[in-house]
Amino acid sequence: MSEITKRYPGTLALNKVDARLEEGEILSLLGENGAGKTTLMKILYGMEKPDAGEIFIHGEKVAFNNPNDAIARGICMVHQHFMLVPAFTVVENVIAGIEPRKGVFIDRRAAESKVAALVEKYRFNIDPHAKVESLSVGEQQRVEILKALYRDAKILILDEPSAVLTPYEVDELFITLRFLREQGTSIVIITHKLKETMNVADRVMVLRNGVLIHDDVKPADTNPQELSEMMVGRLIQLEARHPSPRIGGVKFSVKNLTVKDERGCEKVKDVSFDIREGEILGIAGIEGNGQCELIEALTGLTTPESGEVLLDGKPLCGTARDFIDRGVGHVPEDRTHMGLIAPMTIKCNMILGYQDCPDMSRHKLMRWKEIATYAETCREEFGVKTPTVEAPVSSLSGGNQQKVIIARVLSREHEALIVAHPTRGIDVGAQEYIHNELYKFRDKGKAMLLISADLDEVVKLSDRLLVIYEGRIVADCAPEEFSKVQLGLLMTGNSLESVKEVGA
Amino acid sequence: MNEHSRKRVSDGVMMFGRSALALLVALLIGGVVISLGGYSFVEVYTAIFKGSLGTSRGMLLSLATATPLMFTGLGFAIGIKVGIVNTGLEGQLYMGGLTAALVGIYVDFLPGPTHAAVTMLAGAIGGGAVGLLMGWFRTRFGAPEVITGIMLNSIITYFTGYLVNGPLKPAEAASPQTAPILKSAELSRLASKSQLTTALIVCVILCILIYLLQRRTIWGFKMTAVGMNPLAAKVAGINGSQMYLAALVLSGAMAGLGGAALVQGVFKRFVDIISNGYGFQGIPVSALAAHNPLGVIFAAILFGVLKAGATMVNQSTTIPFEFVDMVQALVVVFVAAPSIILSPIQKIRSFIKKKDSGPAAAGQGGAA
Repeated sequence: MSEITKRYPGTLALNKVDARLEEGEILSLLGENGAGKTTLMKILYGMEKPDAGEIFIHGEKVAFNNPNDAIARGICMVHQHFMLVPAFTVVENVIAGIEPRKGVFIDRRAAESKVAALVEKYRFNIDPHAKVESLSVGEQQRVEILKALYRDAKILILDEPSAVLTPYEVDELFITLRFLREQGTSIVIITHKLKETMNVADRVMVLRNGVLIHDDVKPADTNPQELSEMMVGRLIQLEARHPSPRIGGVKFSVKNLTVKDERGCEKVKDVSFDIREGEILGIAGIEGNGQCELIEALTGLTTPESGEVLLDGKPLCGTARDFIDRGVGHVPEDRTHMGLIAPMTIKCNMILGYQDCPDMSRHKLMRWKEIATYAETCREEFGVKTPTVEAPVSSLSGGNQQKVIIARVLSREHEALIVAHPTRGIDVGAQEYIHNELYKFRDKGKAMLLISADLDEVVKLSDRLLVIYEGRIVADCAPEEFSKVQLGLLMTGNSLESVKEVGA
Repeated sequence: MNEHSRKRVSDGVMMFGRSALALLVALLIGGVVISLGGYSFVEVYTAIFKGSLGTSRGMLLSLATATPLMFTGLGFAIGIKVGIVNTGLEGQLYMGGLTAALVGIYVDFLPGPTHAAVTMLAGAIGGGAVGLLMGWFRTRFGAPEVITGIMLNSIITYFTGYLVNGPLKPAEAASPQTAPILKSAELSRLASKSQLTTALIVCVILCILIYLLQRRTIWGFKMTAVGMNPLAAKVAGINGSQMYLAALVLSGAMAGLGGAALVQGVFKRFVDIISNGYGFQGIPVSALAAHNPLGVIFAAILFGVLKAGATMVNQSTTIPFEFVDMVQALVVVFVAAPSIILSPIQKIRSFIKKKDSGPAAAGQGGAA
C-alpha cells in the first residue's frame, strides 16, 4: 500500500502511509486507538476507499469497491466481533453466502468435505457439524478463520483477535497462526497488545496518529517498553504497580449474595466480600462465570435472589437510579450498548445519568450552556480526542469512547465504583491514563470493584484479588501471591490445593 | 459555526430535502398513473392545488382539514421519540371526542370560553386515559402497544357507535349522533363560513411547546435517551417504563384533542363516524415531518392541502378523487422507505463513477 491517505470530517485518519506485507509472514500492525490501524485495514479490505494512494498485490495495482472485490483477490478479514449464526453448524456458517450448488439444492456433501478437509489440514480441532452456539469463543474464532480459508484467502487480516480470548486460547490461536504461516498465508494482526506482538509477529509496523512511525521492527531486536514508546511517543510504565497508600475500614460490603438470571439459573452463588476505603478489589475470572450478574446486582440493574449489599453500613437496594443516587458509579462492561447512546452528542453522553444534578439542570430545564462547558472541561481533562463535544459519540474511536465513560463517572462525586473491563479494546497510552485516573479515585479513600478479563490488568491494579468460577469465589488473595499460570488454573476451576501444589 | 454545527444544519437540510424529494417523486409517479388513467395530470394537479390554495375557501378548507391531522401527527411524533408506535390514535381520538361531547353537552354552568377550554381538556383526558390503559398493559403484562392500540381502536369505535345509536341518541335525531353541544362549548371560528377554528392555533402552540419540551427539559432528554438506547438509559438510571407511560398518555391526549376539535369545531356534536382514519393518517404526517413536532405543523398542512384539493376536485371536475388518495399513499411509501428513491440514485452515482475511472478499475467479480 503506497501513500494511503484518508480523511474523515475533522481528522486526517491516515497520512501518506506506506505499508507492505511479505508472503508468508505475520505482521503486527501496532498503534494506539485512533492511530489509523483499523482504517488502513478497512481500506485494504475494501470497506473504505482511500482519498489518495494505491494498493498493489504482487506488483499489480488493484482498487476495491467493496469487500467482495478484496475477497476475490484473496484478502479476508476476521473481525473482532464475530459474524456467525449461533444456530447454524460450523459448515453452514462457513459456506453462508457462497453455498456450492447442485442444481437448485445446496451441495452439502461438497461443502462438508471441503470444510472437513480444511479443519484437518490446519488442525483446527473442531467438529464441522457442531452448532456454533455450542463452541467456545476460541473455537468460534477458528470458525471465522475457516470462513476465510474456505474462500481461499491468501492474506488474512485479524482485528484484535486476542481481545475475546483467555490466555490459553490465545496460545492456541498463535499455534494456528504459525501453522498458517508455514502454509504460505500472509497474516496481518491489528493489535495494541505488546506481549502478543513480541510473541508471534515476524515484523512490527507502528502507526501513530495516522502516520507511519516504524515499518521494520523485528521483535527480536526490541522489547515491549520500546514498542509502547513508539506507539505513544513517550515513556510508559507498563507493569508499575501503585499499591494503595492507605486502606481504611470496610466501605462496601456484599453478604451472601445470590443472583439468578432470567431463566432462573443461579449465576452468583452465595458470594461475600468486603471492599475497604482506599482499596481496589479485583475479581479475575473467565467471562461467563457470573461476573455480569454480580455487576447487575451491585448496580441496581437486577434484584438479587438473596443476600444484601451495604454501602457505609447502610443497605443498598432499589433501581439503578437509587444506586447512583447513593453514590455508586458504574463503568459498564459493554460501552456501546450499555455505556453510551451512539447517536447522541459527546456532550449529552458526558452527563448521561447525571442530568438531574443541580449543575446540569434547574427547575427541570437542561442547562445546555453549562453542560457544554462542563463537557469541554472533561474533554480537556481526560484527553478525549475530538474537535468538538457536539459531535455524535459514535464518531469517536473505541478508546476515546471509553474515555468519555470514564470521564463521566470520575467527574462526579461517588463513594464506590463498580468498574467492568475498563480498558477493553484500548491501547497502551489510553490504558495508562485510565489506570491513573482509577488510582486517583481510590486514593481519595473510596472503594472500587474491578472486574476484568485481562488478567494483567486485574493483577496490576488490585490491592486484593478474588477469583470467580461458576458463580463462586474460589480464591481470595494478594495479587502477587499466585503466578499468572496459577491464577489461570484457578480461573478454570482447579482447586486451591491443587494449584498450590503446582507451584509458581 | 464550527464544522460540526455546520454538519447538524446540513443534516437538517438533508432531512428536509429527503421529505421534499419523497413528495416530488410521489407527485411524479402519481402523475404517470393519472396519465395512464386517461386524464391529464396537469389538469388534475392544477385542479388540486387551485382548489386547495387558489381560493380563500380552499385555503380555509385546507387548514381545517389539516387540524385533526396535526393533532394525531403530533401524537404519533411524541410516541415515536421514545420508541412507542402508537397505533391507537384513532381510538384515542374517538374517546376524546366522546368525553368532550359529554362535557360540552351536560356541563351547563360554565361561561363561554371557559366551557370551550374545559371541553377541550376533557377531550385530552379521554384520549390520555386510553393511552394510560395501553401503557398499563405494556408495563404490567408486557403487551406491545402496537397490538393493544389496534384492538382498542375497534373496541372504542364500536363502543361509541353503540352509544350514539342508542343511549346518547336524542329522539328527534335523524342519524346516529349525540345531542348538540352547548353554544358555550363551541370553538370560535377563525373565518366565517369555514370549519377552521381556534383548534388550529391550539395545535400549533402545542407543537411548538412539545418541541421545546423535547429539546430543553430533563424529561425530553430522558425520553430521547430511552428512545435511542433503552439499555444504556436503564444503566444510567433512567426509568424507561415511566417514559413509555408518559409518552402514551401525552400521545393519546393529543389524539383526544383532535377528537375534541372535531366535535367542538366541525360537527358540534359527537357523530357515529367522526373520523375516517385521522388517527392512522397521523402516522404518515409524522413520518413526512421526520417525527419532528415543528415539522408536523407543515406536514399536516401539506396533507390538508392534498385532501382539501381532493374535495374540490371532486366537486368541480369529473376527476375521481381516488387519485389524490393515491398520491397521498405514494407520499407515505416514499417517506417511509426513502431507500426506494435513494438506492437507485446511489447505483446510478457509482455507475457513473465507475465509467469515469475507466477499465483499469480491477477487482470485479467474486461472490455476489
